[in-house]
Amino acid sequence: MYKLTYKQYFEALKEGKLLGLKCNDCSSYTAPPKLCCDKCGSTNTEVVTLSGKGVIKTFTVIRVAPEGYDAPYIVAIAELEEGPWLMGNIVNVDPDKAKMDNIIGKKVTVGAKVLPKMNYTPDEGVTPAFTIAE
Amino acid sequence: MRKVCVAGVGMTKFGKSEKSSIEMFAEAAMEAIIGSNIKPSDIQCLYLGNVFGDFEEGQALMAPYAAREIGLSVGTPSLRFEGACASASMAIRDAFVAVAGGFYDVVLAGGTERELAMGTPLATRTFNMATEQYYEGMTGLTFPGVFAILSRLYSKKYGIPLSKLKERMAMVAVKNHKNGAKNPLAQFRKEITVEEVLSGPMIAEPLQLLDCCPFTDGAAAIIITTEEKAKKMVEKPVYILGVGQGSGAPLYRQKDFTLIESRVAAAKTAYAMAGIEPKDIDVAEVHDCFTIAEIVATECLGFFDFGTASEAVEKGETQIGGRIPINPSGGLKSKGHPIGATGAAQAYEIVKQLRGEFVERGTQVEGAKIGLTDTLGGDSGVICNILFGIKG
Repeated sequence: MYKLTYKQYFEALKEGKLLGLKCNDCSSYTAPPKLCCDKCGSTNTEVVTLSGKGVIKTFTVIRVAPEGYDAPYIVAIAELEEGPWLMGNIVNVDPDKAKMDNIIGKKVTVGAKVLPKMNYTPDEGVTPAFTIAE
Repeated sequence: MRKVCVAGVGMTKFGKSEKSSIEMFAEAAMEAIIGSNIKPSDIQCLYLGNVFGDFEEGQALMAPYAAREIGLSVGTPSLRFEGACASASMAIRDAFVAVAGGFYDVVLAGGTERELAMGTPLATRTFNMATEQYYEGMTGLTFPGVFAILSRLYSKKYGIPLSKLKERMAMVAVKNHKNGAKNPLAQFRKEITVEEVLSGPMIAEPLQLLDCCPFTDGAAAIIITTEEKAKKMVEKPVYILGVGQGSGAPLYRQKDFTLIESRVAAAKTAYAMAGIEPKDIDVAEVHDCFTIAEIVATECLGFFDFGTASEAVEKGETQIGGRIPINPSGGLKSKGHPIGATGAAQAYEIVKQLRGEFVERGTQVEGAKIGLTDTLGGDSGVICNILFGIKG
């Protein structure tokens, strides 16, 4: 049933490939993956490699972190070239220097950050790591 | 569909509690039962909101123990509702559905939560669990973080400089603390200033400490019954005129979530069922988990045009005496936010507002006839809206 599970998506991301689904009915892209096209609900989709490039739409600097995380760090959402929005961490900016004018609208490339298994997680985690282009 | 009413309501003091979640709920429930002039054995089902009992007290399976704690009979079904911060509103909505549809005549609905037992790091982690875990939660996103990224989207979208927006957000906190200071059940009974909000420690930029609601212990409960029975139980039954609930996608899939589609959809359903419009609402308890959250909620509910609610706050339109009083109880911000109980505490406030019981407290919305509750669960995964009225 699933063309791309979270594990397959994470494994590819760790190798530097951002995968997604392209809908053969409405041509829109879905990433991260889900069972059906996020726009039209069709299951007539295929796995494709996305460009891994996007633009930061918004962000925050987390100062009070959940158990298992060390603040401060930047959580951001990027709009990918293919359309989907992706949440991740900006990894090449000092959180103390992150302001709206030097973050929002900046171009990023998408890499991977691997988190060890923590309490209440089933296995290791992989989250998008955004690098702002020079 | 039968007409459905609220009879009695009950609520504990919010804040730090030395009582267990079940003890808190039992007190709120018994107040609602006594206020309805019924006996526990008259209740046919318990719908109990509770989110993190497992982490707070190591207590799963709370509903049946709560049922027996207050003397419900062995044959009474009891169900736990988990919809993150909207759990109790979901319980109330389902109680409405069961009574309206004719399956039950008398349902006890509410919720309880003992968050302060967890401490901030674990509490922040458990709240993070209500974000989508594989593609969102692992970024270390917190709930202040959710509304922090929303604040910046909002500032950009509507061209309101962040410094101006933050000042108006602070005014939401000031207003809600002003109301909460008069509420004997509120966690924080003190007024604050815009300057205090803007000089507080940063939690998730640009949100500061006083932009955020607290962790809270507390419980609330209401009796939901038929119009016919309610008229026999109490002098002033309050009707449930309409309900609506939506299911939102994870944040990254919602894209521009300054307009929360699940809320717009839930509110539309509730308004249509009640046959009323946003302008008909006299008083509302709105999910102000963060200052910006109240601003976007009042737009999605149709009280203000999109992009204009922060200006309306500045003009005082959401104060008691303003065009649409929002959160006369003090809201989640000042009254506190025990997430499993919050929706029932909002209902408690609206029911008493419509009965005109807050004159002495100094926060009565004069002549209020129709009220609304708005509760958000997760980062808008659940939105539940309930409309109350003094006429059916």
